[in-house]
Amino acid sequence: MPTPDTHHSPKNLRHNYKRYLKERTIELLLFLAASLSVFITFAIIYLLVSESLVFFEHVSLWDFLTDTQWTPLFDDAHYGILPLVSGTAISSLVALVIALPFGTIIAIYLSEFAPFAVREIAKPFLELLGGIPTVVYGYFALLFVTPLLQTILPGLPGFSLLSAGLVMGIMIIPYVSSMTEDAMRSVPMHLREGSYAIGATRFQTAIKVVMPASLSGIAAAYILGISRAVGETMVVAIAAGMQPNLVWNPMEPAATITTYIVQVSLGDLPHGSIGYQTIFAAGLTLLLLTLVFNILGHLLRKRYREVY
Amino acid sequence: MNHSDNLNEIRAIIAHHKRWDLLALIAGIIALMIAVLTFIALFGNMIIDGMPRLNWEFFTSFPSRKPEMAGILSAWVGTTLVMLVTAVAAVPLGVAAGVYLEEYAPKNFITEIIEINVTNLAGVPSIIYGLLALGLFVYELGLGQSILSAGLTLALLILPIVIVATREAIRSIPVSIREGAYALGATKWQTVADHVLPYSAAGIMTGIIIGLARAIGETAPIITIGALTFIAFLPPSPLQDQFPFISFEWLMEPFTVMPIQMFNWISRPQEAFQHNAAAAGLVLVIMTLLMNGLAIYLRYRLRKNIKW
Repeated sequence: MPTPDTHHSPKNLRHNYKRYLKERTIELLLFLAASLSVFITFAIIYLLVSESLVFFEHVSLWDFLTDTQWTPLFDDAHYGILPLVSGTAISSLVALVIALPFGTIIAIYLSEFAPFAVREIAKPFLELLGGIPTVVYGYFALLFVTPLLQTILPGLPGFSLLSAGLVMGIMIIPYVSSMTEDAMRSVPMHLREGSYAIGATRFQTAIKVVMPASLSGIAAAYILGISRAVGETMVVAIAAGMQPNLVWNPMEPAATITTYIVQVSLGDLPHGSIGYQTIFAAGLTLLLLTLVFNILGHLLRKRYREVY
Repeated sequence: MNHSDNLNEIRAIIAHHKRWDLLALIAGIIALMIAVLTFIALFGNMIIDGMPRLNWEFFTSFPSRKPEMAGILSAWVGTTLVMLVTAVAAVPLGVAAGVYLEEYAPKNFITEIIEINVTNLAGVPSIIYGLLALGLFVYELGLGQSILSAGLTLALLILPIVIVATREAIRSIPVSIREGAYALGATKWQTVADHVLPYSAAGIMTGIIIGLARAIGETAPIITIGALTFIAFLPPSPLQDQFPFISFEWLMEPFTVMPIQMFNWISRPQEAFQHNAAAAGLVLVIMTLLMNGLAIYLRYRLRKNIKW
């Protein structure tokens, strides 16, 4: 009696077909989940651009870029983005003056100097520091740092870009230091050993061998820090006041692009009004700013990439 | 120049470099200490201001115009429900996208676009997600300023975090595991579902917890969708005593969350409300610290236990 050909029995074929169908369906579902991220990007761009286009029917691009007042909710409405941009630039600058040097020094210490035990404790600690909600940092800026600064600088108002920027800087330190450290640690050990072998100290090795070798990663860390500072909202909204001022002095209160969006959202603006569209125009400006930094970071990474 | 002069000169140079080395070491320790001190100041300040308010009534009272009567009942219930929506939306989508990119995606143009997209989305300021949610969820889809809108907004925000964590966890599973499964006749999905995912579950879990810890503290996007800040009632319970026992009415209810409640109290001029803000901040910080701590612990255990 010949053995039945189980492999090609109709039952088995049907089973195989069902199995194939199931596999393809699952793959399609997974693909759809992955493509969602592309859809999100398009949705963001579509929404910001379409609402901004309506906005620019009322306000010329020239006025938007050159007017020095931003008073969209007043009767005498001006739509100049400059005051918001200056507030964003000043607060970010203060933050970066703190975050970049401190972040870099901590990274150098953890990567080149610190004993194993210190690093094992410090890294998770910094990570925890980076996980504290921004609204809490805002509280800290308004009710701890501002009064403290006022004892040193008596003329400092209750809301200022300075204290907001300082706290924002402290908040960004963990991001900068952990990314910089990761970049420095990825430099292979034999480069360091070569440097030590010709008599260099740890500091010389860090500055002249490890940092140049990890320049692309460090640049990426800095860019991430900048783009976080530019997009940060709650600290500035709480500690810097929310009046749009064209100022270049960090000791003044001012609004940033992000705090303007918060301020408008706290009120009750009807959907479709010009005030509603201004926050999308402000959002588009913010997105373009961060996009510029992201592209810059990408180019820097490509330009200085070292391959081992 | 004689021999001993030469030697002295070399000694001087060495001493000089060693001094710099020591300076760098001290600078690193000081920078790290400043980070630690900031954390202590932030935490201590909140404990001093907020601890007296932390009692049972604070957790079981609604916000009130009288600061000493006010509590965070609606805020923590709101946070719990919003997080539930966020997790239900972000976890399957993020894990599916990560699985696709790591296990299925062919090396082609579309895959590359998706990958660049995920990286860029991680760098978009959170308030932009708020604008997206305002335009898309609140108005286009008509979900209003509801728990559902807020949960979905935060889900979009943490999607890149979940995707990246999933990919990293999956990447660390050796190919031999997959080959073993294929050799026994498993299909691709069987391999993924029965082997790759279970082994990378702890790593994925770490990413999900970090993402949710970030979502818990996010304030700006929730303000942007126009969430009310004074909510003195609870949404209808998801569990009903009558058939079908589960109700989804709460999804469409207005809400408040912990960081919004805290922001609301910070913005009041009376000092008594700022003590409430400190107490709410303390609860919020402890929640995020616990979540991040759990994630760090999980990762630590993972690194220790698994040796492929």
